[in-house]
Amino acid sequence: MGFIGDTVDSIKSIKTRQLLSQAITLGMIVTSALIIWKALICVTGSESPVVVVLSESMEPGFQRGDILFLRMTKEPIRAGEIVVFSVDGREIPIVHRAIKVHERGDTKEVDVLTKGDNNDIDDIGLYAEGQLWLHRHHIMGRAVGFLPYVGWVTIIMTEKPIIKYILIGALGLLVITSKD
Amino acid sequence: MHSFGYRANALLTFAVTILAFICAIASFSDNFSNQTPSAQIQILNINWFQKQPHGNDEVSLTLNVTADLQSLFTWNTKQVFAFVAAEYETSKNALNQVSLWDAIIPEKEHAKFWIQISNKYRFIDQGHNLRGKDFNLTLHWHVMPKTGKMFADKIVMSGYRLPNAYR
Repeated sequence: MGFIGDTVDSIKSIKTRQLLSQAITLGMIVTSALIIWKALICVTGSESPVVVVLSESMEPGFQRGDILFLRMTKEPIRAGEIVVFSVDGREIPIVHRAIKVHERGDTKEVDVLTKGDNNDIDDIGLYAEGQLWLHRHHIMGRAVGFLPYVGWVTIIMTEKPIIKYILIGALGLLVITSKD
Repeated sequence: MHSFGYRANALLTFAVTILAFICAIASFSDNFSNQTPSAQIQILNINWFQKQPHGNDEVSLTLNVTADLQSLFTWNTKQVFAFVAAEYETSKNALNQVSLWDAIIPEKEHAKFWIQISNKYRFIDQGHNLRGKDFNLTLHWHVMPKTGKMFADKIVMSGYRLPNAYR
């Protein structure tokens, strides 16, 4: 009961200026995070510079919960590269390996077929109706680096949103009741 | 300044920073490994070579692949993904790469191998350009690390040729 009494006291004793100052600090933190994210998008050339591996289709190399660092350069797509692509109609990007590449001589446009390392069949079933190949505009980036396990935080927060609300609630409470 | 919260926060930040630093150094150490992979591919047989109903050429081959990729493994290697691709040029396409076979090599001991296989993935052209076509067989490998940067390279073996007529 002492803790609740202290919390109520500290909420009552908030001064407006202090509250505003804390709000601005919080705003600065959020904005810095946004700036870093947008800068990463610029530097890597990819719309999503970091992705979390969600399925087991690339095991044993990439497990669920690993994060991949992506990069998109003007260099042509070649077989063997691990590409992240999105298909019309599906919102979640897929991370698989290119197994067939046909590059046009004149236009440099490219037809790519992908397959997950752990899948038995190629990805034609995942593409849109009637689509046989991926093109450059479907591909968001190439995986160049990887960190294991770090992505579990995102998976837990997406699949059990209650944890996200608890975390944000606790953070908010901490900000309001902290003495500095 | 000495509350549990502050101490836990400082410890956590320090731990994460050190962990990130260790991962970066582990990845960086991969640059110093001396890599001398070798490979040889032999076409044992052209099983069949046909034109599909919708006009594309397809060929089925049996290959003999011998490779020694042991020097690619470092202490930071989780697995090596190796695949054989047929690479050739046609009048319409500047480059065609068709993966014929791939394998995941999880440990150094399995990286020296001799294997006889028919193509795991179908070798289909965009068109009917394969008769008498000269092509390269390239062994590619992608090293997937335990943490950090992935790197890839290949050995190109040229001099292969498809028959002049369907069979």
